[in-house]
Amino acid sequence: MPIEIDIAHVARLARIELSERQLADYRAQLGVILDHAARVQELPTEGVAPTSHPLDMVNAFREDIVRPSLDRDEVLSQAPDATDGFFRVPPSLDNE
Amino acid sequence: MKWEPVIGIEVHVELETQSKMFCGCAVDFEAEPNTNVCPTCLGLPGALPVPNRKAIEWITKIGLAFNCSISERSQFHRKNYFYSDQPKNYQISQFDVPVCHDGWIDVTVDGETSRIRVNRAHMEEDTGKSIHVGESGRIHSATETLLNFNRAGVPLVEIVSEADIRSAAQARAYAQTLRTVVAALGVSDAKLEEGSIRFDANVSIRPTGTEAFGTKVEVKNMNSFRSLERAVDFEILRQADILDQGGTIDQETRHWDEGEGVTHSMRSKEGSSDYRYFPEPDLLPIEVTDEWRNEIAATLPELPAARAARYMGLGVDADSATSLAGSDALTAMFQSSLAAGAPAQVAANWLTGEVTAWSRRAAIDIADSALTGAHVAQLAGMVAANLLSSTAAKEVLGYVLAGEGDPETVAAAHDLVQINDSGALESAVDQVIGENEDQFARLAGGEDKLIGFFVGQVMRVTGGKADPRAVTDIIRSRIG
Ligand SMILES: [Zn+2]
Repeated sequence: MPIEIDIAHVARLARIELSERQLADYRAQLGVILDHAARVQELPTEGVAPTSHPLDMVNAFREDIVRPSLDRDEVLSQAPDATDGFFRVPPSLDNE
Repeated sequence: MKWEPVIGIEVHVELETQSKMFCGCAVDFEAEPNTNVCPTCLGLPGALPVPNRKAIEWITKIGLAFNCSISERSQFHRKNYFYSDQPKNYQISQFDVPVCHDGWIDVTVDGETSRIRVNRAHMEEDTGKSIHVGESGRIHSATETLLNFNRAGVPLVEIVSEADIRSAAQARAYAQTLRTVVAALGVSDAKLEEGSIRFDANVSIRPTGTEAFGTKVEVKNMNSFRSLERAVDFEILRQADILDQGGTIDQETRHWDEGEGVTHSMRSKEGSSDYRYFPEPDLLPIEVTDEWRNEIAATLPELPAARAARYMGLGVDADSATSLAGSDALTAMFQSSLAAGAPAQVAANWLTGEVTAWSRRAAIDIADSALTGAHVAQLAGMVAANLLSSTAAKEVLGYVLAGEGDPETVAAAHDLVQINDSGALESAVDQVIGENEDQFARLAGGEDKLIGFFVGQVMRVTGGKADPRAVTDIIRSRIG
């Protein structure tokens, strides 16, 4: 039995619009994935250190040295809209 | 009902590294918009972030200065949210294991010191800057938004206090103390007006004497210590009013409006689960070994609290010691004044009093003024030798600060040196007595209030340059 999820909420967080049909499909599909994750969580992991990264390495740093940035005209030419050196976007509020 | 405020402060500190947190773009706020950007800080597909070693050193330094434990191993998380100043649609931050945790600082208000616990200090990246264009210039009526990503990816340290703060004045003192420590570390220019250090307050209230926390409101947009204090004060009263009338507090973010002196509701705060934090797969864990930690600890400068304690040991009062120790410019001037031979408390009084007031009035940094430690010592010496009255000394200091020369030179140039030659004072007194024999006879006969008349006459004869106390003594000696 797939885990119930609030698919409309997930879609809203991702700022994507889904049809009723898509909501139903994705709810079922994501539910199956969560169900699988729930089963993985049943494995006995006592005494196993959590892994956040597959590589057994730490501290891949760069020194604090400035490297050349991109050419602004080239950057802005890739954007849908720009003006006076700025990217131009619709007015944004956090809650749509 | 009596209400007790419960306040926590979140502070964002921009680090003054040469390059950004995860890419080699320059950290330079003077640059033309969008000239310090690259695939990594623009969030272009396939770009890989690589952490700046110096930023990790500096957050460790900050943690040590706030008495934090340093995590042997910490990691980065993605904090997911949509906002146009964040080109990746997530911010690289830290979640369950920050670099620094469980520290404290001592904060003093009106001579009373409290220990405020620091929950954590974590490493993250700053956002870009938005300009909201519209008729009123306000976000709610903007017609378009212009974006500059030069700031996106600048190393940012967030320092989160526990909810240990109990008044607006204490919130301000915590913020000020924190700023002086960060500035002393030399890891940030820590300027509120430029946004390189930013304060948000979480405010709730509960009936005095109870334990359970009330609903908290996050207050943002305070860009001075004064506005932080005003905003917290306002918020405490606003919540008390609502609760007193039987209402409930909404958990929300509110914006401080400096002009109106009120907070406005911004938007309902997303619960932390909505940020869908997950471990940043592009970044390896950070390991701060004991060896590295000790190397960093060895670079810690003398911190303001220790410096203030040392000044108090020299006999400086607590308030002046704290003011001196909290400012690099005042500290430097104080040390050089001592080196030039000025008595500690006298130098402290001048520097925290007249000199600080002048600096505020003239809007000139003390470090950029003409004043030197040698000047302070010379001025103190002239007052001690009775060559300057305290009023004249203030005047002299003003001329020195204005760049007219050293105290002896300007005191002479402005004719402010007191007559300190007892022979000259005695002959001035005798001259006045000779000109006013009747009054002198009455004074000698016990009409003591006439002493003021004689002192005044001597001051007139000497052009105001006599020390009134010395004159009084001489007149009394003539009465016999
Ligand atoms: Zn970059």
